[in-house]
Amino acid sequence: MTTQTTPQKPSGAPAAPDTGLIGIPPHLARALATGGGLLTVLSTFLAWTWTTAFPGNLTVYGYPGGLQVLVLVGGALTALLGLASYGVGGLRRLTPAGADPAVKFAALGTFATTWYTVLAISYQLGGLVNLEPGGWVAAATTLLTLLGALALPYRKPEPDPVDPDSTSWERTRHRLAHAGQTVRAAYAEILIIVGIMALALTVFTYGIGTEYDELFVGFLLTAGLGFAALHRAGLIAHASQITARHQNITICGAFVAAALFPFTQTDDQYATIGVYILIFATVALGLNIVVGLAGLLDLGYVAFLGVGAYAASLVSGSPSSPLDLHLPFWATVLVGAAASLVFGVLIGAPTLRLRGDYLAIVTLGFGEIFRITVNNLDGTSGPDVTNGSNGISSIPNLKIFGWDLGAEHTVAGFTIGRFANYFFLMLLITAVVVLVFRRSGDSRIGRAWVAIREDETAALAMGINGFRVKLIAFAVGASLAGLAGTVQAHVTYTVTPEQYLFAGTIPPNSAFLLAAVVLGGMGTIGGPLIGAALLFLIPNKLQFLGDYQLFAFGLALILLMRFRPEGLIPNRRRQLEFHEEADAPAVLGKTGA
Amino acid sequence: MTTDTSTKGTPGGTPSRETVLDARGVTMRFGGLTAVRGVDLTVNSGEIVGLIGPNGAGKTTFFNCLTGLYIPTEGEVRYRGRVLPPKSFKVTAAGIARTFQNIRLFSNMTVLENVLVGRHTRTREGFWSAVLRGPGFHRAEAASRERAGELLAFVGLAHKADHLARNLPYGEQRKLEIARALASEPGLLLLDEPTAGMNPQETRATEELVFAIRDRGIAVLVIEHDMRFIFNLCDRVAVLVQGEKLIEGDSATVQGDERVVAAYLGEPFENAPGAEELAEVEAAEAHAGATPTDPAATKENDR
Repeated sequence: MTTQTTPQKPSGAPAAPDTGLIGIPPHLARALATGGGLLTVLSTFLAWTWTTAFPGNLTVYGYPGGLQVLVLVGGALTALLGLASYGVGGLRRLTPAGADPAVKFAALGTFATTWYTVLAISYQLGGLVNLEPGGWVAAATTLLTLLGALALPYRKPEPDPVDPDSTSWERTRHRLAHAGQTVRAAYAEILIIVGIMALALTVFTYGIGTEYDELFVGFLLTAGLGFAALHRAGLIAHASQITARHQNITICGAFVAAALFPFTQTDDQYATIGVYILIFATVALGLNIVVGLAGLLDLGYVAFLGVGAYAASLVSGSPSSPLDLHLPFWATVLVGAAASLVFGVLIGAPTLRLRGDYLAIVTLGFGEIFRITVNNLDGTSGPDVTNGSNGISSIPNLKIFGWDLGAEHTVAGFTIGRFANYFFLMLLITAVVVLVFRRSGDSRIGRAWVAIREDETAALAMGINGFRVKLIAFAVGASLAGLAGTVQAHVTYTVTPEQYLFAGTIPPNSAFLLAAVVLGGMGTIGGPLIGAALLFLIPNKLQFLGDYQLFAFGLALILLMRFRPEGLIPNRRRQLEFHEEADAPAVLGKTGA
Repeated sequence: MTTDTSTKGTPGGTPSRETVLDARGVTMRFGGLTAVRGVDLTVNSGEIVGLIGPNGAGKTTFFNCLTGLYIPTEGEVRYRGRVLPPKSFKVTAAGIARTFQNIRLFSNMTVLENVLVGRHTRTREGFWSAVLRGPGFHRAEAASRERAGELLAFVGLAHKADHLARNLPYGEQRKLEIARALASEPGLLLLDEPTAGMNPQETRATEELVFAIRDRGIAVLVIEHDMRFIFNLCDRVAVLVQGEKLIEGDSATVQGDERVVAAYLGEPFENAPGAEELAEVEAAEAHAGATPTDPAATKENDR
């Protein structure tokens, strides 16, 4: 929408007196923001407080630590974007969509992190006295940077026009740049993707490894507003274009980056979180087939995870399982997926003939029925199958081709613990789900799903057997969840009914799954994965919020839906929608039914 | 201008005229209300048949009986000699495709995808084939895309294949709906008010498109309120009034019938019968065409 204004004002822009929020002349403001960013970087090398008691070790002169690193990153980003706003050669490329809004966000991010740190120090340690000069310097510089950034004009004065009567030198340069681009394109873009993946891995690893709550809050502030800054700079759009062009490489790269994660960890502690995130994300991706592609609202999806987990645990050889069976892993997986498939078809067959909200109600009911039934199959209220609320416990570790997933292995000097083993196994399952999602989505059946979602009557009139197609989506979604359930049962040792709630504070539950899909972006692969990672990590890391955890979660949801309703990673269709609106103004096809 | 005999009748003149659609005594009751009563209608191959009548005469209900959305209370509908199955997707598979009175495109899919969805009944690739991606899958997908591209070129939308359907202008959405229906390789195409809300030029373009469809050997049954469009286009016209078929015949017969005039067409102005009034209308339209007014104004549906 913003781009529409630029062509209307071809040359009047430079003279236009656009002013920012604060009445500082633009050139001064720019200098302030850029210089402030640099000074902020320097300030992180000072000591901010005198004691190592609170937030980590910020007492050392000479090198930054903990929260200071975040401020350093933020300050560097601000300075970089500030320099780019001067049009410094080479840096201009960083900000295809104009540097000023990006500078604002970067400065805001740095300011928020710094002031959060400083205020936390003075609050926790009892007074401003506890700040060393470095803290004061940091607070002052970030404030100045923010003031400068806010004073920047709203729109960049020069709209970077393609000048028709530019000199021949400029045109040649333009052509050369273009030619260079085509040559570089293939390799450069792949390298960029690798860089993006490496960055994502670093950011994620840092986030997961934050040792104390304050550091994680700082991380969230910096990462969130930094992301916004990059988004405003147009880098995110640029990156998503590149990744869309090389989708296979991107997916492979993402898996390689994910597979490298356990190697960045020295102990098994964070691999645990990694496995749980992967389980959660995989199930969310399965749900995305049902919700995002076929448009069927499933509020009891976690029950299919439970069916898979219970089925797997029953044949796992656990002493508390009534069946005296110990199947190999491949058979367990088949049993889990098949059990979920059967339940999916059983639930879907009667309800998918109906339209709209009935399915949501029935699935909600099924989720609860599953949990309560499993709770009651304890030998007193019913037959002894699932051990009631105690669940099926001490599920033995998996052994695949002689590789004991419960034991530690040393591979090329790296120690791979139990959870890291399961992390790799789960990554394999995630790959299967991604493959199924991608391939089925881009096919006759996937188009039929989307058509049913868009307009069921028209889809039927086009010869699509709506019931059959919906049942396939439902069954595929259910069996993918069951697949993840088989691994989950082995990772957690114990399967209890209380793991499969409709809503709760521990992520794999139906409400969180749906939230992960909607937050991340319906109908995409990356969306649910990233949404699930965030939804798992944030409650996990913000334990100190205690009772306010769900409140904060709700607030975050509202904010995200307000500012980015299409989800973190928007669907291609939605992107196209925004893209098309700019050049096709005559949209009159909104005929109601 | 009233009867365009040159384009009419030529392809239909072949001796082997097969009955494509045969509706016998179709009656549709909703509770106590009889929307359609004992309607007979046949459509032969290579024929364009019109269905007209005042609003509420039961045209769309009758249409829905033909496409399997409703199951007629009495009577039966046969397509190439076989009774239609009672489900709309099976009817499409049998060879009857339709468009909707209010455009019902898959608005968040691209133009090409919309047409590909139309190919659904003519392809067989299921879930496993999509996941495993054998050579058969790629072959079928390529064939579907090629065919869809052909159809888009046929209706003149090839250059917009990657646009979202919702972003097409109104007239092109109508065209896309027709292309989507054609993708299911029908023997009979049912058009429900294909020119509703169109300006004269667009109506004329649609007329040509329908002739072109007929020339591909597809029989067409069309509901329309635009009388000039109908009488130009159709080999036969049936008039539906209050759920019953009043008359069926060629344009001249129907236009001359007193009952039709009384019930639907209305009397011409007293002192200016026929040709003069027509010339007046044409002049007005030509004027409107010469100075293209805001197309949005004419696109507004009259409902």
